[in-house]
Amino acid sequence: MSLPVVEYLKLPEGGEPYLEGHKCSKCGSIFLGERKVCSNCFARDSMKSMKLSNTGKLYSYSIVFRSFPGIEVPYISAIVDLDGGGTVKGNLIDCEPDPDKINFDMPVEVIFDDALGRKDKDGNSYISYFFKPMT
Amino acid sequence: MSDVYVLGVDMIKFGRFPDRTVPDLGAEAALLALDDAGLNIGNMEAFYCGNLGQANAMVGQRILQEIGQTGIPVVNCSNACATGATAFREAWTSIKAGLYDVVLAVGVEQMGTGLLGGSGGGSGIPKEGLLGSGTMPAVFAEAGMEHARQYGTTFEQFAKISVKNHHHSTMNPKARYQIETPLDEVMNAEMISYPNTKLMCSVNVDGAAAAVLVSEKKAKELGMQRAVRIKASVMTSDPYQERDLVMPDVNSCTRKAAKEAYEMAGLDSSDVDLVELHDCFATAEMLHYENLGLCDDGEAGRLIDEGEVELGGRIPVNVSGGLLSKGHPLGATGIANIYEVCTHLRGEAGDRQVENAKIGMTHVIGLGSACGIHILEKV
Repeated sequence: MSLPVVEYLKLPEGGEPYLEGHKCSKCGSIFLGERKVCSNCFARDSMKSMKLSNTGKLYSYSIVFRSFPGIEVPYISAIVDLDGGGTVKGNLIDCEPDPDKINFDMPVEVIFDDALGRKDKDGNSYISYFFKPMT
Repeated sequence: MSDVYVLGVDMIKFGRFPDRTVPDLGAEAALLALDDAGLNIGNMEAFYCGNLGQANAMVGQRILQEIGQTGIPVVNCSNACATGATAFREAWTSIKAGLYDVVLAVGVEQMGTGLLGGSGGGSGIPKEGLLGSGTMPAVFAEAGMEHARQYGTTFEQFAKISVKNHHHSTMNPKARYQIETPLDEVMNAEMISYPNTKLMCSVNVDGAAAAVLVSEKKAKELGMQRAVRIKASVMTSDPYQERDLVMPDVNSCTRKAAKEAYEMAGLDSSDVDLVELHDCFATAEMLHYENLGLCDDGEAGRLIDEGEVELGGRIPVNVSGGLLSKGHPLGATGIANIYEVCTHLRGEAGDRQVENAKIGMTHVIGLGSACGIHILEKV
């Protein structure tokens, strides 16, 4: 049994994994993670949880060649605007780490998979999300 | 309300001092600034101390234990890379409020080596390299690539900023490095996080800077010859932006602070003769040309291409060498840049002197975010 890598990744029993957002019903701002107050319009108790889309577009990125010891490089750190709202950051996979091969606004899909074999101190494995170019 | 003046200001030469302590470095800068003002610690009515790495360890009081324990109030400040500017501004605020006439501000830092940042926090497993990167070079690369997305800014244009700042530092004996780095060397240096190569990342160094701030009454009493007037002191935090949670925003807080600073000073960007801005990465400097109103949106690439931001250009930026070559001791940076601007306004900057400098601006960003801007005027 794998655990979700972050609180906003949901693993419903018997259903497909998804990313969860919290949308302010007053101003429409979308946040990752639960909150009581909207930091945009200050409304209280206006947050409604929502399923975020599994598709989006690449907003910005960096290709990381130097990271902390033990972290495999290079990888593409990508910021993706999801269709229908919400912005998430993650690894863009199945894409050459070459700026000539990476285009702003390229459509990507969100896929869910094992968290690169990383386990916590109790030996638990995790499910993470990744972005993959849509062909 | 009284105008506030910088009467004494100085910094130690930035470098690596593993055998020294944070209070020791801060004490050296404090004594230099006191000497510059012609005062001693016994004249100080309050002390604002900025340090990040030992934020819970009473650095200000430990500095006083080295240079004089007079019993004055000490406030220790921590505000990421805006820490020094925060200490300076607290000192300014206390004089503005009429509480004191003579106040000391110190920024000091001893740095480790290697990458800052990272998304390894929280429970479970490390997220670095799994959910993108939280390292500072990557975060600021992503901010730079947002500019590239909007305006077609190129890797070469970002790299030119590093060439410029390294060139400037060859004329600054207090910078960590005095080494020219030609464009091909910058572009071919180890790629850390595209488009930031190693030479496009700020230098981790130890350092300290200090300033003595005084009220107008005190400045007149002590002599105005070398005093510098603080025309504006502004801090902002990051206003809400839709991508905040995954993309720390250094733009909107800078734009808000710049607007408020120009209003407070009764000036606009065309009045400014030199700028020391927060070039923690080459990509960051590009953004701040526009954020500080040095050019219109979309014009930043042209500004570096046409040399307008070089010494001798229309609006020289980071003639000290900037964080890229002078070095970036986090808590000291926000006072070291005030030292740089004051040195030009006093006409004491030697080979790198910006001619006839009358108005200068300093800017820092603490990611998370805090922005501090000061506008200084020759008296």
